[in-house]
Amino acid sequence: MLTPLASLRTGLELRLGADARAWLHLALTEAADAPRYAGRHGLPPWERHFAAAGRHCRDTSARPGDAPHGTPHGTVPEAADAARILLLHAAGPDTEALARLYAHGSADERRAVLLALPHLDPQPSADGARALVEDALRANDTRLIAAALGPWSARHLDAHQWRHALLKCLFTGVPLSAVAGLEERAAGDGELARMLEDYARERTAASRPVPADLHRALRAARRPRAAGPAPGPAAEGTAAEGPAAEAPAARPSEQTWEG
Amino acid sequence: MRIFDPHIHMTSRTTDDYAAMYAAGVRALVEPSFWLGQPRTSPATFLDYFDALLGWEPYRAAQYGIAHHCTLALNPKEANDPRCRPVLDELPRYLLKDRVVAVGEIGYDSMTPAEDSALAAQLQLAREHELPALVHTPHRDKVAGLARTLDVLRESGLPPERCLLDHLNETTVGPAADSGCWLGFSIYPDTKMDPDRMIRILRVHGTERVLVNSAADWGHSDPLKTRHVGEAMLAAGFTEDDVDQVLWRNPVAFYGRSGRLELEVTAPAEQLFEGNSILRGGA
Repeated sequence: MLTPLASLRTGLELRLGADARAWLHLALTEAADAPRYAGRHGLPPWERHFAAAGRHCRDTSARPGDAPHGTPHGTVPEAADAARILLLHAAGPDTEALARLYAHGSADERRAVLLALPHLDPQPSADGARALVEDALRANDTRLIAAALGPWSARHLDAHQWRHALLKCLFTGVPLSAVAGLEERAAGDGELARMLEDYARERTAASRPVPADLHRALRAARRPRAAGPAPGPAAEGTAAEGPAAEAPAARPSEQTWEG
Repeated sequence: MRIFDPHIHMTSRTTDDYAAMYAAGVRALVEPSFWLGQPRTSPATFLDYFDALLGWEPYRAAQYGIAHHCTLALNPKEANDPRCRPVLDELPRYLLKDRVVAVGEIGYDSMTPAEDSALAAQLQLAREHELPALVHTPHRDKVAGLARTLDVLRESGLPPERCLLDHLNETTVGPAADSGCWLGFSIYPDTKMDPDRMIRILRVHGTERVLVNSAADWGHSDPLKTRHVGEAMLAAGFTEDDVDQVLWRNPVAFYGRSGRLELEVTAPAEQLFEGNSILRGGA
């Protein structure tokens, strides 16, 4: 079976014209060369490609309106997103470089950094990656919010952050299908159920419709949690269960990007 | 009537403006980075502003069906403040970004030596990044300012067809047209140009290489002035094709030289969410 990144690359190449494919090959080669530029003055060549991916790497089959929320978890990324994720994987930036790429990035570049988080080797430090996710969750751009809630966040956000992220999706209209590990993390979460019920009451009191997705989350939260270590970081009162990364919710879906 | 506003500062405008612009036919725009009214005191606030022009503002525009692009630069007024000049060192990285369609607004404000060097340096950046340049002509001492601008442009080696001279009027349109640059006119309620004066200029100079913008910002200005010019052109006997050339094809041709125009909008219509005209994230 292909790894998610291998299938991402295959799927991308199939959607590109000849010029864009040639650009992608060059950019990936230079990204793999990134360590040679570490510590040198000036912008490494691959970072130019990272910035310019949107105009070199266009999906020949995409239509406007196809992806109003960008590329949430579990859907096939837009061509430029896919290219940037592959570039990040090839270049393997450390936590500091990743933070710089995010901070100096356009909204599209920031989204790519977030989408790439679970796939990077080396993995960024948990604190470093969390800072980027927190920044995105403070944004009002729904494409950033959606991109922030992939498998990395399912594994690492603490219960409070994760619940508020879910509520923010409901507030801003990000479909909950964008949230990785929703069912596993919500299961048995009484506090989340209370927050959702309060929100539903507030909407009803204001004569406003309750988002349909709220009921989905509420059903999940009322469901008892499956046996085994709690999803999310180990600190959640169920410590000493081993690395949280081994929890069921932690694994990126095998089907991610195999659209 | 399809309209491309080649110069408008949407950061200063409301969502009502976006909706009214869409209703008037505006489908694309360019937001040049400029002075914010309140002087900035460090490069960091410029970078936050650039980030907004590359992230938040295109997102906001797309919700109203409008394709947003920007031009980035250290503006002439703040080029005089030594605390802001390090922005010039940050620009090369930002000029690589998608949807940056020119270096601008650059040019002269008070015609100081600091403005000379910032203008020359940024014209070189335009050359290196294969971008056009949006050049603001000064509001004070305009005729002399244009002459000096044209001298610096010639010295820079940036071809005139990659340069848009903006805020022109009756006294500057002649030498600007002779230079081979594109000709920009800002239509304002009080100052700069008005639609009737614009019609007189179009009658004399024709529609070739002419762009009309609202330059709307935080001052007394009107984001629908482009539409008013289109209507005035039709009333004055210009054809619909003439209007389309000035209000759409000319800006597309000029900024298209960047290779970075994306005129199709991913309009997230369904994001206009349950009574919220813009998604506030619960704020």
